[in-house]
Amino acid sequence: MRQLWIFVRKEWYHIWRDRRTLLILIGMPVVQIVLYGFALTNEVKNSNIAVLDAAQDASSIALTQEIAASRYFHLREYVRSPRDIGAVFRTGKIRMAVVIPRNFRQDLLHTNHAQVQLLADASDPNTANTLTNYAMAIINDYQSSLNRNEPLPYTIHTQLRMLYNPELKGAYNFVPGVMAMVLMIVCAMMTSIAIVREKEMGTMEVILVSPLRPFRIVIAKTIPYLLISVLNIASILMLSVYALDVPIAGNIWLLMGESTLFTALSLSVGLLISNSTKSQRMAQFTSMMSLFLPTLVFSGFLFPVENMPFPLQVISNFVPAKWYFIIVKDVMIKGLGLWAVWKETLILAAMTALLLGISIRNFKIRLS
Amino acid sequence: MPDTAVITADRLTKRFGDFTAVDAVSFEVRKGEIFGFLGANGAGKTTAMRMLCGLSRPTSGNASVAGCDVYRQPELIKRNIGYMSQKFSLYEDLTVRENIQLFGGIYRLSNARIREKTARLLEQLQLEKQAGSLVRSLPLGWKQKLAFSIAIVHEPAIVFLDEPTGGVDPMMRKEFWTMIYGAADRGITVFVTTHYMDEAEYCNRVTIMVDGRIEALDTPARLMQEHAAGSMDEVFLNLARKAKRTE
Repeated sequence: MRQLWIFVRKEWYHIWRDRRTLLILIGMPVVQIVLYGFALTNEVKNSNIAVLDAAQDASSIALTQEIAASRYFHLREYVRSPRDIGAVFRTGKIRMAVVIPRNFRQDLLHTNHAQVQLLADASDPNTANTLTNYAMAIINDYQSSLNRNEPLPYTIHTQLRMLYNPELKGAYNFVPGVMAMVLMIVCAMMTSIAIVREKEMGTMEVILVSPLRPFRIVIAKTIPYLLISVLNIASILMLSVYALDVPIAGNIWLLMGESTLFTALSLSVGLLISNSTKSQRMAQFTSMMSLFLPTLVFSGFLFPVENMPFPLQVISNFVPAKWYFIIVKDVMIKGLGLWAVWKETLILAAMTALLLGISIRNFKIRLS
Repeated sequence: MPDTAVITADRLTKRFGDFTAVDAVSFEVRKGEIFGFLGANGAGKTTAMRMLCGLSRPTSGNASVAGCDVYRQPELIKRNIGYMSQKFSLYEDLTVRENIQLFGGIYRLSNARIREKTARLLEQLQLEKQAGSLVRSLPLGWKQKLAFSIAIVHEPAIVFLDEPTGGVDPMMRKEFWTMIYGAADRGITVFVTTHYMDEAEYCNRVTIMVDGRIEALDTPARLMQEHAAGSMDEVFLNLARKAKRTE
């Protein structure tokens, strides 16, 4: 036990004296949260629009005001003719144009059949979709406000409630994603580098000739990174609660427990990588290729897994981050308990046991 | 007493696929002896040493180190040996004191013993002032001396030195060998590989390996006599000429 502690202290010296790496390890989650939270947001706010109001009547003005007042749109300019619309779009200054035809109010009141045209810049299809949806919702609202005075025989009121994330914030999705990514990278890449570095320096031989058991070496190497990871989880959670207003709906200890399990899994992936690589550079490259990309693509954090072709969906099942992502969303965002995520937990536990078994066995083979 | 063997190798062999790195070598090393293991690069001396340390499993043959079998008791062997490799064996980003404490701890010395050892080593090596500086900042010769002192910090029965003086100037090498003699006087058996032939003459007995086989094993004086040579260098060249392997 004392041997183990002495070795952990030595690992800690390595980490502590390599300030630049330490800074990256602790700063990475903060940078990622800020990046995804404020820069890479796919929420739409204050998009520039243009309005061509050919009617200029009470209704068209009222509708334009409704749209311009919403926080999604910013009315940048009025245009006079359809030709001008094309010109404004080409300058790239607006993302959507609203065209209200002549006789809008008359059509609305007398024929019960008025039209509004929405033109959106679909070179970015997601944003175009979102913008037109928002605009349509505003127009519908305006329509029903008109109908309030003259009751129609049949109306269906759709009541929308966005569960778990009433404000449709992107943060609810990327906080779990960033957690999965940061833990995977810190643990797997750093442990693999820490072990391979000793091989490169030649100190591994000296350690292997010593009476220190290989199992203890492995454990001692991972403990400092486990601690850094716990710190990272805490900083991500604090940032998401206090900076991004994403509350922790579920049990925080369950969340911490699941995160520790995922950390252990990532550590064993790192051990596995270190067993099969000889240089730090190779370890870094292997970790990047085999962890970073699959975690990004297959965790469901950027792209929904259900939309992928079947073979890719099958592959995604082998990416640990996918299961962790599901767990974090369920526990942290939806506030569910262990009963909801026991299956995913079991999968993670099984993966950890398998990988840890393989890497400790390989570590021993090296010795004999 | 001088005849007790602390290392015995009997037809010890290591093959990597078709390549036989060490080919049925047999020898004995006596307690308190400085045993030199000579050979060109690639002659198999490091592989042989690694098998004796429990780092590599022999393909066939038998060996025992400090009374323990290399197949069945590698963990026991590890407690009784010290090891210093040709690659640098200390942690460069740890201080001198931290390195001593670390290896003392790994070899299960008590805290009191570690404190005592640390103070004595620092004094012997005249490193008191550098105790708190990183090993990285020491000159190579001093690092090697420190590495040797740490390799025997737990007073092992045998210390294995794998080309310990590589890249060190002659003056430092002499001082290093004084330390080796000091350890041998305390009863620590020294097993050392080298390709500096002048160093071979410091050993009690030497073996010369050529292409994985032992071509000669005797005291330096008798080997020189046998080959009618004026120095170990000539003996070595005489034998190494037979070598077919290149690196």
